[in-house]
Amino acid sequence: MSDNIKFLQGNEACVEGALYAGLEFFAGYPITPSTEIAELLAYRLPQRGGRFIQMEDEIASMCAIIGASLTGRKVMTATSGPGFSLMQEALGYAIMAEIPCVIVNVQRGGPSTGIPTHVSQGDVNQARWGTHGDHAVVTLTASNHQDVFAMTVEAFNIAETYRTPVILLFDEVVGHMREQLVVPQEGELALVERLRTAVKAGVDYHPYLPREDGRLPMSDFGGIHRYNVTGLFHDMWGFPSDKPQVVHDLIRHLVDKINNNVNQITKYKSYYLDDAEFILISYGASARSALHLVEYLRPRGERIGLLELQTLWPFPDYLVREKCGHAKYVIVVEMNMGQILQEVRRVMDQPQKVFLANRIDGVFITPMDIRNIMRVVQGKGV
Amino acid sequence: MAIKEYIRERFFPHIWCPGCGHGIVLNSLLRAIEKLGMSKNEIVMVSGIGCSSRISGYVDFHTLHTIHGRALAFATGVKLSRPELNLIVPMGDGDALAIGGNHFIHAARRNIDITAIVMNNRIYGMTGGQYSPLSGYGTMATTAPYTNIDHSFDTVQLAMAAGATFVARTTTYHVQQMTKIFREAVLHEGFSVVEVLSQCPTYFGRKNRLGTAVDMMEQYKNNTTPVGSKAKKENPDLIERGIFVQKELPEYCHEYDKIIERAMQKIT
Ligand SMILES: Cc1ncc(C[n+]2csc(CCOP(=O)(O)OP(=O)(O)O)c2C)c(N)n1
Ligand code: SF4
Repeated sequence: MSDNIKFLQGNEACVEGALYAGLEFFAGYPITPSTEIAELLAYRLPQRGGRFIQMEDEIASMCAIIGASLTGRKVMTATSGPGFSLMQEALGYAIMAEIPCVIVNVQRGGPSTGIPTHVSQGDVNQARWGTHGDHAVVTLTASNHQDVFAMTVEAFNIAETYRTPVILLFDEVVGHMREQLVVPQEGELALVERLRTAVKAGVDYHPYLPREDGRLPMSDFGGIHRYNVTGLFHDMWGFPSDKPQVVHDLIRHLVDKINNNVNQITKYKSYYLDDAEFILISYGASARSALHLVEYLRPRGERIGLLELQTLWPFPDYLVREKCGHAKYVIVVEMNMGQILQEVRRVMDQPQKVFLANRIDGVFITPMDIRNIMRVVQGKGV
Repeated sequence: MAIKEYIRERFFPHIWCPGCGHGIVLNSLLRAIEKLGMSKNEIVMVSGIGCSSRISGYVDFHTLHTIHGRALAFATGVKLSRPELNLIVPMGDGDALAIGGNHFIHAARRNIDITAIVMNNRIYGMTGGQYSPLSGYGTMATTAPYTNIDHSFDTVQLAMAAGATFVARTTTYHVQQMTKIFREAVLHEGFSVVEVLSQCPTYFGRKNRLGTAVDMMEQYKNNTTPVGSKAKKENPDLIERGIFVQKELPEYCHEYDKIIERAMQKIT
């Protein structure tokens, strides 16, 4: 067996992806079901000259990666629900100050301490709106280890391209399940490196003046340009300002730089959608059961398909409308009370044809669970 | 380099009230840095939120104005990532020791090479005069209208117990000593804590009838005494100032360099 073929946990696949993308600094605090990410990075990062630190809590972890990112490093932290809650204020800071960083949330059941060792997808809306104030965020997810790897690389690429935090929303099943990963060769997946300013020493550098394409070249802390970074509304030098024009322009910039690039940020997979009457929309571990059911029913004559979302935020309105508009029924398959269901209903012209197949009891949703809902929707009874 | 060279004149006037002690701290700190002959590019100042934390905006270093209480956590990320940089972290007493108390003791415990300055005015200035963990029993604040029943703790004792390898205290009255202490603190390799008693005439002074800024500074002169002086034995209420601890212990980033060496040996 060649050594780029591995049999491992989803959490380990995430670590492989992060290292492939060039991760140099990780700060974290142990929490199930994400802990393996920290443990493995404590071992692997120093082997390549990178740095790992276990902080005193998740607040500090999030703050530490922001500090490290400003010095020019690719950075990441990993946690689960309770820790993700603690990170929200600093996550908002990273949005405001436009700091590239990656935050992994391997979801467990909540609220509160919830059900630490069981599966859930209950943090979808928290990823979107967990931190206060108007803002845009990027959230990616994956259903298998090859995609966990690819989405982790993608998260770093998006973080660097748009100078933004990117949330990787995995779940306990994907995080802990073991399956095969083929680690791509060097150069096989494109990597985005940090865009640094070409402004020379001694020339006035504007860290917060977007270029025409909306991107903002950075300068590493400790380098030739000294500037201010703040979570207050700020002008092009990064100095606090409450001028209405400055405040307005900055919030527009922060939201537009993500929302205007939905198409580039949107990742998805589609299965048998062209002629599908019945479309399942799913993501993360739930999409595995959805795909299983589709593969089972297709040969039996059911015109069923699957749209697997890998980008959850910004929500791909157009994609969902385009791919699912023609379907007779749409069933959103997720392990929460219908967080993505709400979005799908919002974007569909006929929200009454959108249904939910879910599980909220910490047990992994099965193809049979989805099948039962399908039969109810079809009026066939269970 | 002239002191003025360290200042971002573009961003003045500053936000501090007339008589606020925080400007005196800024002055002393810049004099210390000038005496050390440090280049502006090698200094990163990280601060939290509060009147004191605004200090970072006014200096021409790499400056990171963060969120309330978390400055040391951000600074830890910067320092561990680039150990060659000099980290200075000015904080208010609420910032450092209420919301940020946990980060404070853990940074001290790690002995990471950061200079932490606690600008202690015994009140929350920025939010308008609420009591802080250092206000002390019997003081008045907007959130203690019937007097404060919270006991304070001693920043110096706390820092020592947590493992800081340089610990000092001074006041805005003792500017020469403050400059000297800052110099030592910045030079020190390890976690340094400098507590500066800094007057807030607007809230702590007014609420507790302590008079003008000048009166408050005079109280610093009369209520403090050098570390280990005879006066302290005669009058235990006096607050000691000076350097309490200055010792060499392995620094965190150096220790991590050794981890990297060990990890690399393991794979070759
Ligand atoms: C999480 C959070 N809680 C509360 C506040 C409000 N707040 C801003 S500054 C401050 C306290 C300031 O007091 P101190 O740190 O002692 O500094 P000073 O203003 O006295 O210099 C508070 C409570 C905040 N900004 N963030
Ligand atoms: S409120 Fe107090 S601490 Fe704040 S600037 Fe005024 S005097 Fe200084």
